[in-house]
Order: sequence, then C-alpha cells, then structure tokens
Amino acid sequence: MRHDLILRVVAKLLIPFILLFALYVQFHGDFGPGGGFQAGVIAAAAVIFYALIFGLADARRVVPEPLVESMMAIGVLVYGGVGVIGLLLGGQFLDYFVLDHDPVHGQHRGIFWVEVGVAITVSGVMLKIFYMFADRGRIDES
Amino acid sequence: MAVVVVLLARSRNLFGVVLLGGVYSFLTATVLVALDAVDVAMTEASVGAGISTVLFLGALHLCKSEDARPARRPWPALALSVAVGAVLVYGAQGLPAFSDPASAIHQHVVPRYLNDAPKETGVPNIVTAVLASYRGFDTFGETTVVFTAGAGVVALLRRRRPGRKP
Repeated sequence: MRHDLILRVVAKLLIPFILLFALYVQFHGDFGPGGGFQAGVIAAAAVIFYALIFGLADARRVVPEPLVESMMAIGVLVYGGVGVIGLLLGGQFLDYFVLDHDPVHGQHRGIFWVEVGVAITVSGVMLKIFYMFADRGRIDES
Repeated sequence: MAVVVVLLARSRNLFGVVLLGGVYSFLTATVLVALDAVDVAMTEASVGAGISTVLFLGALHLCKSEDARPARRPWPALALSVAVGAVLVYGAQGLPAFSDPASAIHQHVVPRYLNDAPKETGVPNIVTAVLASYRGFDTFGETTVVFTAGAGVVALLRRRRPGRKP
C-alpha cells in the first residue's frame, strides 16, 4: 500500500478538502445541516484515511497519541466549562442567556462552544479507537 | 436495500458482510435525506458507513476471518424474523400518517421550537438549536457517554509495556 502512487496522490488531494468540509460542517452547523458530532467524525475520518494510505506511524507523527487522548477529555471539559461559566455569571448550569449582554448572542456563543466541545471529544475518541485497533494488529504480526 | 439484505443474509464471508453493511448504511443515509433528516443522514453516512466499516475491517484483521459453513437449520430463525417483522408492520398501522400535522408528536413542544427557536437562539437550524440549547443536558450526557466509551476501549485494549508489572 505504501508504494501505491495513485492512492497516495489522490489522498494528498482529498485530505485537505475533507478537513475543510469538517470545518464547514462544524461552523456552518448553525445554518445548515451538521454540527459538532458530524464534524468530529469527518475530521477523524480524514486522519484515518491518511493512516490507511501512508501507514500508522506517519499518522501518529501528524496526530500524536497524547494529543488524541487529551482531546477526548478536553471536549467534555469544554462542554462542562460552558455550563460552569454560566453558573459563575449568575445563571443556571448550561444557561446560555447570561453569556453575553444580548441573550440571543449569548445563546449563539453557548451553542458554538458546546459544539466545539462535542467535536473535539468525538474526533478524539474515534481516532483513539482506530489507533488501538490498528496498533494491536501490527504488534501481533511482528 | 432489499437486495443488500438478501445478500447479507446469504453471504458467509465476513469481509463481504462488512462491505455490504457499509452499502446498507449509505442506502439508509439516502433514505434519511429523502425524509428531510439531513443531520441524521450525515451522521449515518460518516459513522455507519465510514468509521464503523473501518473498525469492523480492523477487527476482522485481528480475528483472522474465515468463511463459515452455511447454517444448518435456517427455518426457525427465518420464521422468527418474519413473525417479528409482521408484528412491527402491524404496529406501524397504528401510527399517524407520515407528516400528519395533527398527530400527537407535532402538538406538544414542536410548535414552540419551530416558532421561537430562531428568535430565542438566533440559530436558523432548529436541529442544532434543540440539540445544543433546549436539550443541552442530554447532549452533555451524550458527549460524556462517547468519552466513557473511548475510555473503556483504552482501558481494555491498551498494551502494557513489556517488563512493566500489570
């Protein structure tokens, strides 16, 4: 697989667009279909694609394992953090109205950060599961 | 979809079953698009057809797949599935007609969401507004579930480094 020229060239062409699409799905989720969960999965799929074509070691170099593991937790913390900020600003847990002077802007801001948290956790978990499966197979072979 | 299901049931090769499962997921995604549930369709296409196919293939690679012999007596299982399917179809007769505005589910909170969500949250996509704002606690729980699943996989599959005591 590593010497397959066509696959490598096509992957190099496609992966930037997949990542761009993930960002579009993430930040356009307020207006069109999509949101944090879908964006996280698409971003993880881009990295998995990279790992399938170029090998697991290269993918690990691009997205190192400690980063993936911390992403899993950071996403939940971002989500919970939005809730706690709402508490600190005098609202209830996950109350977005207090995040800005204008309640509608506050809602928008709250939804935005919550979706960011979901995306980070989902892509972290998907990548971590893939890494675990792929890594296990490789060690068994050697 | 029916063709894929028949092929799935007849296939004895796990590799083919995994790929057919991916095909089935894509078909489901198109059905969901036809039902105007684009958010769900996107999730189905990316998770069902993409990630889970890759994970199944990875698991297959670990398990050294081999062709199974044909099942000996498929008739009781077939009869059971047909019976369950018949019960489901019978139950579906009692559901309100598709996109009937007078049905119970469209009378409760849906009008409020549809009328007030764009004004209250400033987000035109109602699905996102409901998911992240009105049902924020549910989504928080969902994210935690995803995190817990990942942590469980890490706990189960992490290799202990050689020479370190378990």
